[in-house]
Amino acid sequence: MLAYVVRRILATIPVMAVVALFVFSLLYIAPGDPAAVIAGDQATPEDVERIRASLGLDRPFLVRFGEWVIRILQGDLGVSIFTNLPVTTMIAQRIEPTLSLMVLTLILAVVVAIPMGVLAAWKQGTWIDRGVMAFAVLGFSVPVFVVGYLLAYVFALELEWLPVQGYTSFSAGFWPWLENLILPAVALGSVYIALIARITRATMLEVLSQDYIRTARAKGASQGSILFLHALKNAAVPIVTVIGIGIALLIGGAVVTESVFAIPGLGRLTVDAILRRDYPVIQGVVLLFSFIYVLVNLAIDLVYTLFDPRIRY
Amino acid sequence: MASAHTAPLGLAAESRPPVAAAPPMPDVLPPVKPRRGLVGFVYRHPTMAIGGFLLLVMIFIAVFAPLLWTVDPTALAPARRTREPSLEHWFGTDMLGRDVYSRVMYGARVSLIVGFAVAILSSVIGLAIGLVSGFIRVADGIIMRIMDGLMSIPPILLAIALMALTRGSVQNVIIAITIAEIPRVSRLVRGVVLSLREQPYVEAAVAAGTRTPMIILRHILPNTLAPITVQATYICASAMIVEAILSFIGAGTPPIIPSWGNIMAEGRALWQVKPYIVFFPALFLSITVLAVNLLGDGLRDALDPRMAKRL
Repeated sequence: MLAYVVRRILATIPVMAVVALFVFSLLYIAPGDPAAVIAGDQATPEDVERIRASLGLDRPFLVRFGEWVIRILQGDLGVSIFTNLPVTTMIAQRIEPTLSLMVLTLILAVVVAIPMGVLAAWKQGTWIDRGVMAFAVLGFSVPVFVVGYLLAYVFALELEWLPVQGYTSFSAGFWPWLENLILPAVALGSVYIALIARITRATMLEVLSQDYIRTARAKGASQGSILFLHALKNAAVPIVTVIGIGIALLIGGAVVTESVFAIPGLGRLTVDAILRRDYPVIQGVVLLFSFIYVLVNLAIDLVYTLFDPRIRY
Repeated sequence: MASAHTAPLGLAAESRPPVAAAPPMPDVLPPVKPRRGLVGFVYRHPTMAIGGFLLLVMIFIAVFAPLLWTVDPTALAPARRTREPSLEHWFGTDMLGRDVYSRVMYGARVSLIVGFAVAILSSVIGLAIGLVSGFIRVADGIIMRIMDGLMSIPPILLAIALMALTRGSVQNVIIAITIAEIPRVSRLVRGVVLSLREQPYVEAAVAAGTRTPMIILRHILPNTLAPITVQATYICASAMIVEAILSFIGAGTPPIIPSWGNIMAEGRALWQVKPYIVFFPALFLSITVLAVNLLGDGLRDALDPRMAKRL
């Protein structure tokens, strides 16, 4: 068990190394010569060469990559070309809205999607099942920003139940914070709910056809306890896996959702950075999100051993 | 054979001549009259039929956009900007007075080209990488580590990061999304290859001295086609969404080209007062993606009947 945990943790190192190499290459092959930019228009080729040497840009790729990785490990993500602020500071300023949105969406999706999937599996073949499946196809097909605009139009502009756009910090109170995040979370959650509901239904169908479920029925267990205690527990591993993989959808979708609802989070930071070609910021955001994604999936893998004592690698 | 059939019915075979003895079988099952042709196809695969039909409509729009009562989608007319939908401008006009209907019709071209190109390119490249990985042990470890790394960058972010390196063009959007999709196809193909290599008929071919290229061509490739086709349709759908997202946030196709993402990006500033500029491209995008997803679900059910009733 301990050996497996250690092995699984060590296995993330090559993965993160590839991510780091990709992210570093972004800056390396990015158009534009930083030395020439710093030197300015008046500089002679010798000046540019001197600045390049002083920045260490003339050294081999692998040396620069190594130094860059060491700086990253020390928590230094570089300095934004545009604002001259450290990237870590910029990320720290913007992380609260994005984390709030993602955590709220995650909770919403799990709370809505799993009962949906269980219900569809229980009522297999009925109109309830078909309704859930139709919703799932729609959830996959209607892009996040379309759902976002639709929700904002109906619930904010027409019905005026919720604010149209913006974000209020959690420190300003729970309700103002939640009020602004409900529509973005539902919009962002639509794909995620579809994904989780579908895998829940599929896994539940498989589990419900097994012998021990019949035994549970025979001994008179109630429908609810069969579905949620006997079956769902054993369907948990694939469902949790998909929830983990789906975090990627959540991260990608957050970038767009924040644009639609004018939420000043990491997504907006990314979009602004692209429009300004602010490579250090793009690098920082991609690294951070990938790290979160790898970490979440690592945690899920390790939690498996709790869910399913049969798993012993 | 005749007695084998009649015996379960409990007839004494000796009492009558065997041939004449066979009584008409009871009609346990009503005669199945297979429906043929288009009607039969729609009847058997409703999702594929609906998806295919909607997709054909979109392809028709994309191909014949200039003939569908459109005007030049890039023609500016500042005097007629932000008009509500009317008989003259079916979907209204945008901030620069361009006809939204014409832009939406032409926009179908970008979405479909990006969707199909990414689906085909990533399938072919992913197939090649997956085959190499599945057959060459030495390469497998390295390739799969690289794919794992690329897969741990959320696809939209990966495409965004790549687009930051280049200027916006349809070609660059296709390349960026293709790179983001390749790891998933490679993993799929590798999985199929590894399981196929254990199959008795492949082992038999190896034992019979068949050369590896021939094994790949005759035994492996045909079996990867079904899962790859299904995967390709899903990739097509997701590529169209990613293209729209890239264009929407300003990192996709250049604003001069009318794509659904671009039209929505331009309508964004005004969406609270002029929602139709965002609404129409959003509707067409959703219908197209839905069509491709339905086609994919239908294909999956048709190609893998075991999975049909599950997912």
